[in-house]
Amino acid sequence: MNAQSSAARAALAPLRLEVAGDFPILSRTVHGRRLVYLDNGATTQKPETVIEAERTFYRESNANIHRGVHWLSQHATDLYEAGRKTVQRFINAAKAEEVVFTRGTTEAINLVAQSWGRAQLKAGDEILITTMEHHSNIVPWQLLCEQTGAVLKVAPINDAGELELDAFAALLGERTRLVAITHVSNALGTVNPLAGLIEQAHAVGATVLVDGAQAVAHQAVDVQALGCDFYAFSGHKLYGPTGIGALYGRHALLAAMPPWQGGGDMIRTVSFERSTYADVPQRFEAGTPNIAGVVGLAAAIDYVSGIGMASIAVHEHALLEHATATLNGIPGLRLIGTAANKAGILSFMVDGIHPHDLGTILDAEGVAIRAGHHCAMPLMTRFGIPGTARASLGVYNDEADIAALAEAIEKAQHMFGTRQTR
Amino acid sequence: MSTMDGNLRELYQEVIFDHNRQPRNFHEMPEADHQADGHNPLCGDQLTVFLRIEDGRIADASFVGHGCAISTASASLMTEAIKGKPVDEVEALFRDFHAMLTDTPPDRDFGKLAVLGGVREFPARVKCATLAWHTLHNALIGEHDPARTE
Ligand SMILES: Cc1ncc(COP(=O)(O)O)c(C=O)c1O
Repeated sequence: MNAQSSAARAALAPLRLEVAGDFPILSRTVHGRRLVYLDNGATTQKPETVIEAERTFYRESNANIHRGVHWLSQHATDLYEAGRKTVQRFINAAKAEEVVFTRGTTEAINLVAQSWGRAQLKAGDEILITTMEHHSNIVPWQLLCEQTGAVLKVAPINDAGELELDAFAALLGERTRLVAITHVSNALGTVNPLAGLIEQAHAVGATVLVDGAQAVAHQAVDVQALGCDFYAFSGHKLYGPTGIGALYGRHALLAAMPPWQGGGDMIRTVSFERSTYADVPQRFEAGTPNIAGVVGLAAAIDYVSGIGMASIAVHEHALLEHATATLNGIPGLRLIGTAANKAGILSFMVDGIHPHDLGTILDAEGVAIRAGHHCAMPLMTRFGIPGTARASLGVYNDEADIAALAEAIEKAQHMFGTRQTR
Repeated sequence: MSTMDGNLRELYQEVIFDHNRQPRNFHEMPEADHQADGHNPLCGDQLTVFLRIEDGRIADASFVGHGCAISTASASLMTEAIKGKPVDEVEALFRDFHAMLTDTPPDRDFGKLAVLGGVREFPARVKCATLAWHTLHNALIGEHDPARTE
């Protein structure tokens, strides 16, 4: 990409959404410097409205749900179920019952593995994932394979970090029972061409789970348009609280799935001889859930919807192009993950400087990035590197943040004596 | 200059850069009689420490591997520091070195190893500086599982 055409394109799209003021933490300093938060792939910061929604819940609405006849319990239940409808609308699920609240993406994927997977898979069945998966979309399937004798297959990627489509198609077969694939790669930023992949998977009769952890905050997601069977995401990467996330599952699939955790709220009747289970989604929500988390998640969805997912996608794309051009202008810096279709994630290596040293030096400048393997060790092995430095963008980032990033990288190069001039 | 700038300068002293660029004793040692692997999965740092021990002394020490500047420099400085020392003194040095980074710095002369004292202010990097030492310890006690610093 050349810097000029990217600058020209950037002029048409906003590099700043003017929302940083909504996030109280962004006005703090770190090591005496303005906080430049570029670790949104790990977790996003929270707007005042989300913080306030949780606080208000505890101050005015707190009670357990689905259990009390008292007014406050009904009120809390209403808020919780309203949160479910908010999630339903956000991802365009056909029914609110198709939304199961979980602790996050990881728990959602484990739920599918242990409930759907253990009931459905047998020895010799195949699960197809890709090289770019996060550990949480690898390890639950390895556990399931150990339990059932199913076999894990991995579709490769090319040097740009894009899925090898022919190899993916060749790995699909009548033994393929499940395809588990990320929407957006957390380490590379690659956006997978899901609709086509899901169609191919369905053609061989496979069920499809999408790991949406890195997607939901950056673009509008429509699970019906995608046609996926399961979709998992975390609230904390969507400007919402930690400890809350959701699993979308097609109703027919969820309804046929056995419970995976037992306890209160997930039963219809219990006797010592036999218990019967609640309908979906309660069947999968054993125990008192993160009620305040649901309220906070709904506030986060209202927040991003207020900005507009389309505007967010346009902003992040413009900023990604600007950042890509800026980083490519630093001699000795190499981007890892150069897919044609990318979300706002920039993974990179700087000649002669280990990612961890870079992370420490950037931090001293107030620039927060992540350094390491990004919970994607097999992917790092694929590229033959121990890890990368990663800057990941959010709604509040702008060109000043990218300038601070570039300046800090150049400072690190000066310190290490590796600064080259072109 | 902010405290952080000062801390950063303490961490990345010229000696560290020097040992990172040109690690000393950086080679395999076919005649080694003790060796062990170390791995820090979080950073991806990986190294192997080789020792030749004669009459209870470290007659020769070397390492290979890759890691960040702190871990590479620490391994390099360590091999220099332990050569010729009795094994029990080396183990005591490891304890004191560890204490210098995490606890009350013991009152002793660390020689060149003192340049790693700046790591104290960066708790997330302590494991980088100690990986080589944990690996050395494993080599001395004949532990075959890789040393880990987390
Ligand atoms: C692609 C991807 N999948 C899954 C996860 C796991 O999300 P969580 O830790 O919120 O369960 C993450 C976040 O770290 C991720 O980036």
